[in-house]
Amino acid sequence: MKALRNLVDKVKPTFAKGGKLEKLHWVFDGLETFLFTPGHATEKGAHIRDGIDLKRTMSIVITAMIPCLLFGMWNVGHQHFLALGQFMELGDGFWDKFLFGAIKVLPIVVVSYGVGLGIEFLFTSIKGHPIQEGYLVSGMLIPLVMPVDTPLWMVAVGAAFAVVIGKEVFGGTGMNILNVALTARAFLFFAYPTKMSGDKVWVNTGLEEGQKLVDGFSGATSLGHAASGAIDKVTPMMQSFWGFEAGSIGETSAFACLIGAAILIITGIGSWRIMAATFLGGAAMAGIFNWVGPQVDNAYMQIPVLHQLMLGSFMFGLVFMATDPVTATQTNAGKWIYGFLIGLLAILIRVVNPAYPEGMMLAILFMNVMAPLIDHYVVQANIKRRLKRAALQTA
Amino acid sequence: MSNTIRIRKGLDIRLKGEAEKVLVQADPAKVIAIKPTDFHGLVPKVLVKPGDKVKAGTPLFSDKYNERVLCTSPVSGEVADVLRGEKRKVLEVRILADAQTQYEDFGTGEPSTMNRETIIQKLLKSGAWPVITQRPYDIVANPAQEPKAIFVSAFDSAPLAPDLDLVVRNHGADFQTGLDALAKLTKGKLHLGVSDKTAAREFLDAKGVVRQSFSGPHPAGNVGVQIHAISPINKGDLMWTVSVQDVILIGRLFRQGRFEASRTVAITGSEARNPKYVRTVIGAPVKDLIGSVEGKVRVVSGNCLTGTTVGADGFLGFYHGQVTLLPEGDTPKFFATDGWATPGFNTFSANRSFPTWLMPGKKYAPDTNQNGEERAFVMSGQYEKVFPFDIYPVHLLKAILANDIEQMEKLGLYEVAPEDFALCEFVCTSKINSQSIVRAGLDALKKETT
Repeated sequence: MKALRNLVDKVKPTFAKGGKLEKLHWVFDGLETFLFTPGHATEKGAHIRDGIDLKRTMSIVITAMIPCLLFGMWNVGHQHFLALGQFMELGDGFWDKFLFGAIKVLPIVVVSYGVGLGIEFLFTSIKGHPIQEGYLVSGMLIPLVMPVDTPLWMVAVGAAFAVVIGKEVFGGTGMNILNVALTARAFLFFAYPTKMSGDKVWVNTGLEEGQKLVDGFSGATSLGHAASGAIDKVTPMMQSFWGFEAGSIGETSAFACLIGAAILIITGIGSWRIMAATFLGGAAMAGIFNWVGPQVDNAYMQIPVLHQLMLGSFMFGLVFMATDPVTATQTNAGKWIYGFLIGLLAILIRVVNPAYPEGMMLAILFMNVMAPLIDHYVVQANIKRRLKRAALQTA
Repeated sequence: MSNTIRIRKGLDIRLKGEAEKVLVQADPAKVIAIKPTDFHGLVPKVLVKPGDKVKAGTPLFSDKYNERVLCTSPVSGEVADVLRGEKRKVLEVRILADAQTQYEDFGTGEPSTMNRETIIQKLLKSGAWPVITQRPYDIVANPAQEPKAIFVSAFDSAPLAPDLDLVVRNHGADFQTGLDALAKLTKGKLHLGVSDKTAAREFLDAKGVVRQSFSGPHPAGNVGVQIHAISPINKGDLMWTVSVQDVILIGRLFRQGRFEASRTVAITGSEARNPKYVRTVIGAPVKDLIGSVEGKVRVVSGNCLTGTTVGADGFLGFYHGQVTLLPEGDTPKFFATDGWATPGFNTFSANRSFPTWLMPGKKYAPDTNQNGEERAFVMSGQYEKVFPFDIYPVHLLKAILANDIEQMEKLGLYEVAPEDFALCEFVCTSKINSQSIVRAGLDALKKETT
């Protein structure tokens, strides 16, 4: 490591004030601090500090997403070959499926990181602040919530929009109001609706010569079917749980999400309160629908509670999006309210709103906006309690 | 005794270098220094000049805005130097100590037979007054005011903190006399917080106090936490706090009639060669206590969470009964060998992303590296886990950063001192210096409200 350190020290003056590449100082700083934890010793206050920092925090979130990514790659291939009528059994052609998926998914990941980080570098150079780790997670989340047939230029536009409008205009990492990855998804969803929903985008159907789709193939997701009334085509519960269905790249498998949830909860990086509350909220709404459904004769409402929660992006949103510490509520009491309402609204929007087949994204974005308000009331309750205590003592 | 109050939130940082329970007498200090910067909120008006002869108890400087408050010399000798820094700020008053200490005579007396004003006079005149600090604002107490109650914490829960049971041994009579004097200063109660592990009879049999037992991790021993649990500070309340060693110092003043500023100091930390208890005097050179120091070592007067860096040539702080020696952490760490991406088997963390949470008995020798760079508040709920107050710490810090005085008051700034945020600062992912923020908030609040 000495050689590397020497190299870094050797090129450092080029980027320092007055150096040739002074403008790129913060880019260099970002790379240097990635390689070497800076020799910043504490100056004030606590002389020793906990080992955790934002880089480690972010890398744990990325680790937690890897099961979703790997499963997503395989599933992209699996769905593709199903559409062609090849490797119909789950166990068949594992490597073919995985390889096909990797070829489809990795470019999206690369574009997301390339564009997002590029813009971050640009901003650090212009605004003169250090590179902050926020995009490490967003950069992975964006590909995972995209349909596989999203054109790469659209991924780039979405990532750019998310970094600039979703984050940097608010002041960078830790300052944003809306979840950055969902901002990208929502932007593309409303800007290019035909490319981001419907039944053409979820399964890669780019055909090579001699290939043709199987008869009766439909590229719709389970939620697409459910919204259009074709309840009988919704994938069965266990299949949804494992994730063998069409959907956004990383969102289909509730099981992969649960592995991620376990990593986040054990390390304490993701809030178990938000996860539990979101699950309860979703279950409550699905339960209400189960009860109302037979009376209004609505088959969609009658999907069993657990099955409802395994469908679509509910589990993925619950684990990775709702728990975003920056845009969620900050107080413990607030987290229960915030999560519960996300779950409730997600299922409500999904089932009742005819315009969008999925409700998780909109529910989370809506509650992102509401989070400061929830916190405000929680803190106000604390202030009231405090004033009451003072009044009691003087009385 | 009433029931034990359990403090559930907090964190015990397990460090190497606990002081061995052996007490040795340090050689008499040849030079000592009193640092006006130790007394927060006090603006020094220096009363001596180099060459002046002083005795133990002779005033060195007074508070410019409250001239009754004096800081006196802990030893007799000759004023060697008045060290000044930027804008002529007084940093140190140094005294060359005599071999044999001579004392100013303040007269002996039994506090229980004296009235409040006489006791205050005696404390002020002898220079013992500044040992009394007040909340809110965490400053030297104002003798013109009367507190609602006085709190003494008989145990210290900070990392590697001295065992106060050992410190009070053989000083039982002084401690009790000190308590008697303090009891006269308030119409309210004199609270003594003990831990469920406290065994010293001096504490358990103390008279004239309301004793309350506490259990739980650090900061259970912080007087702020104890006040919050027993009688929280509301706007307009005034509480005084005194440390155990200072109660003894006050007791000695009444029993011997002189300002005898001795201190028992625990030498701690992974780099300490002789982790022991040393008997010395306020303002003594740390070199006398720790011996010579080699390599990159940080010498901290106080504990590793709240102490002041004094350097190997520095002097013991006025309020400190502990010196901590830590490895200096100013060298970069490669991310894959000892930086942020390693498993970190030797890194203590409150966060379970390090495998060390599986090794509950292990002790650590962390260096002073910040382990990351300062960022905006990102992670939530971290502070709340280690902050045993009914206060929202992050919201309070944000109110301070926004300089919103009204909101600071409402969110409970009156109740806290910087030391109560030390653990928040330790666990912070974003490496935010919350103790400095709280200090700035207290100063702003004081300026606005007084």
